[in-house]
Amino acid sequence: MQVQLSHPARTVEVKGPKKVKDLLRELNLVVEAHLVIKGDDLVTEDEMLYEGDQIEIRPVISGGSQAEVEAKAEQKHPTDSSSTLT
Amino acid sequence: MNCTKCKTKAVIGLPRHNAAFCKGCFNGFVHDQVARAIKSEWMFGKEERILVAVSGGKDSLALWDILLKMGYRADALYVDLGIGTYSEQSHAKVTKFAEAVATSHGAKLHLHTVEQEAGAGIKELAQLIHRPTCSTCGTIKRYQFNRVAIEQQYDVMATGHNLDDEAARLLGNVLHWQEEYLDKQGPSLPASVAGFAKKVKPLFRLSERELAAYAVLNRIDYIVEECPMAKGSKMLQYKEVLNRLETESPGTKQTFYWGFLDKQRKKQPMATTMTEKDRAVLHPCASCSQPTTAEVCSYCKMMARAKAHSTS
Repeated sequence: MQVQLSHPARTVEVKGPKKVKDLLRELNLVVEAHLVIKGDDLVTEDEMLYEGDQIEIRPVISGGSQAEVEAKAEQKHPTDSSSTLT
Repeated sequence: MNCTKCKTKAVIGLPRHNAAFCKGCFNGFVHDQVARAIKSEWMFGKEERILVAVSGGKDSLALWDILLKMGYRADALYVDLGIGTYSEQSHAKVTKFAEAVATSHGAKLHLHTVEQEAGAGIKELAQLIHRPTCSTCGTIKRYQFNRVAIEQQYDVMATGHNLDDEAARLLGNVLHWQEEYLDKQGPSLPASVAGFAKKVKPLFRLSERELAAYAVLNRIDYIVEECPMAKGSKMLQYKEVLNRLETESPGTKQTFYWGFLDKQRKKQPMATTMTEKDRAVLHPCASCSQPTTAEVCSYCKMMARAKAHSTS
């Protein structure tokens, strides 16, 4: 089956059938940091995936600007020491 | 795996709650968590005007979606940082959501473009003033969101910070023993002095994975690509470490952050102490009048440095 990955965007071929949790383990990916989408549907870790399925493994981690950790020595605007967006 | 509530096929398992949900019950779970956050932290009421800080990412768009569906009066502000195609794509996602969803709820999208005001995008600006890009970005976004909230008379400003963001930030501050920042780690920060908008984080009870699932299930088209400026950032490293711990021991992130909040609440009423502290040290910036500890605030200093470098 074709598995689409991100960061960087790429497609890998993985042999099925296989459970979602086994696919993540095989690709060395942490469950808590990813969603697995089969076709257009979100699937749980016990879902069985088969040859011919279109799978996307989407990372869920985002964000980098937590200014107080990145630049602790700098004088900052005191509005709020956390990033405004995520 | 079946839904814990209705026993139909589940679409997501939540080990930290020892539960699994179908789409309908998961949406109910998410809305319930946000309602609990709003109520427990006295964030805002149905009559108050909310300004949501949106970036085109899953968390901020999910927050806008959730608040509108829960019947709140929520407008949004997008700050275009001028990061090449990344900003173009994120701007397009926000505009698309505003047109497809927000407008039908009578909500409005505000826009601020960094390049128009500063004459350069965030990357060039950071290089000009010799500061890390993420730090420069944070200063600009905080400043602009506060400015718009005050100028447009919003009652409260809401950001999409989730449980992972807050747990990672707490880990970073604890690792560096930056105790002075711990007071501001709460999910509801008061408008302590004139010139500051009240700031709230209604998603602090939900994990990053839960919010990504909410966006996917509700067909919210968000920018999946990571900000190119954030690559290798410490926050991402902290999140990765916490997610490894969470996978091995579900509930680690909420125990860490919610446990911290419990301790802070028992220690002293945060809103009172923060307000007292802020009033003791803050006064209007000589240049723009937003509150600052210095004569001129760091945003105005930053802009002055950028303008001096660009003209020299």
